Amino acid sequence: MKTVHLIAPALLLVVCGLWEAACRMGGIPDFILPPPTRILVVAVGQVDVLLPHATTTLVEILAGIGLSLAVAIPLAVVMHTRPVIERALAPFLIASQAVPVFALAPLLVVWLGYGLASKVLMAAVIIFFPITISLLEGFKSCDRDYRILFELMGAGPLQALRRLYWPWALPYFFAGLKVGVSVATIGAVIGEWVGAQQGLGYLMIQANARLKVDLVFAAILWLSLMGVGLWGLVGVIEKRCLWWRKPA
Amino acid sequence: MFNIRDLTKRFSGQPVIESFDLAVPVNGFTVLIGPSGCGKSTFFDLLMGIVTMDRGCLAWQGKEVPDLRGLAAYMQQRDLLLPWLSLLKNAALPAELAGMASAQIRTTVRGLFRILKLEGFETYLPAMVSGGMRQRCALARTLMFARDLVLLDEPLSALDAITRRQLQSYLLLLQTEFNKSILMVTHDVEEALLLADDLLVLTAAPMRICERFRLEAPKPRDITRPPFPEIKAQVLARLEKEAGP
Repeated sequence: MKTVHLIAPALLLVVCGLWEAACRMGGIPDFILPPPTRILVVAVGQVDVLLPHATTTLVEILAGIGLSLAVAIPLAVVMHTRPVIERALAPFLIASQAVPVFALAPLLVVWLGYGLASKVLMAAVIIFFPITISLLEGFKSCDRDYRILFELMGAGPLQALRRLYWPWALPYFFAGLKVGVSVATIGAVIGEWVGAQQGLGYLMIQANARLKVDLVFAAILWLSLMGVGLWGLVGVIEKRCLWWRKPA
Repeated sequence: MFNIRDLTKRFSGQPVIESFDLAVPVNGFTVLIGPSGCGKSTFFDLLMGIVTMDRGCLAWQGKEVPDLRGLAAYMQQRDLLLPWLSLLKNAALPAELAGMASAQIRTTVRGLFRILKLEGFETYLPAMVSGGMRQRCALARTLMFARDLVLLDEPLSALDAITRRQLQSYLLLLQTEFNKSILMVTHDVEEALLLADDLLVLTAAPMRICERFRLEAPKPRDITRPPFPEIKAQVLARLEKEAGP
């Protein structure tokens, strides 16, 4: 294993060590700030409690990713092929990101109920913007000479999209998707905070009300691992899709 | 085969090409040579309809045409191979987009690869082969356009001297093996002398033809023998004069 791969775990160990020491030597009670070892014990020991909630949150995130892809990809394609539409939609897209998700969450719960739908939409709202913008930038970054080549070959819009623009924009798409999946948990958890019957966000609210701060941290740990896992999964898919790229 | 009359293009009022006339004969190798920035690449962009002309007339086999799209194949300075496609798939692209049957495409491309010494490299990605091989693949792709006229925009300028010399012989094949009419721009005098039937020296912008040389010696040529050294000196002197101080 290369030294560079050890930096992150080493840094984590150092931070956890300092945290553990501060809790133990400072006499901080568990209901204020539990030590990392306590969080780990809860995170592993209460799998039966955490797993159903984590599954719900994961389903919400995955469905949110699916929904955002279903919207973002066609939207980026349309905006690329019809610059008029891009100019018309750009202010709304930016405005959609300027509105805090906290402001949207209660409305979505009122409109879509306490079930899965409102959380899926919350996650999708957060993810779709980086994907759309990255993909659009990818399309736009296509080299002029290649575009001319395709024009001279008589390629139709769909042929050019499939054979040139899409592969060209794939690295940008994956960069946007990585950002999207990293923040997807935010949307799902905020949705669960506002109104839910299941999910890690719901569990955090319940545990916090009962001063079970160790369980709150355990839920955060599970969420973080979920985010890292999704990020890694996108990385694996990216490598498979961009197999032709030389490693940096 | 193809005539240009009174071709004119201005950018922001500045003439880049002014009243340019040219006739490209069937199966001829016409080479344009000029100082840097004289408008050679713009000239090809005009011919291919990438840039619109301000004035002028293009005639293809006696018929007026707006540009050469669908009539000529165009090979740019860079190889422009798609990095995610194999060499074979890159070369096959024009025919594939035109809807040719895949079995026929494969047979044709394999035939070209044999002639261009790319056999055995069909499945390689562009990043896995040398610059010379990439350029030969781009040449194969140009041939897959199946056009009688080929425009070459300094196709070897990005290559080192030895690879360039090797590839010049492949460019000759366009004329001898594939019976194409070729219009090429270059800044390399020796390359022009090796390949051209008609060598046209261009002025600095606005681009015009200032001198013509008819080179009738058979190819491949030994340009160290007369009359080439003398022609070379004349061309260089003219280019130096056009390039200015």
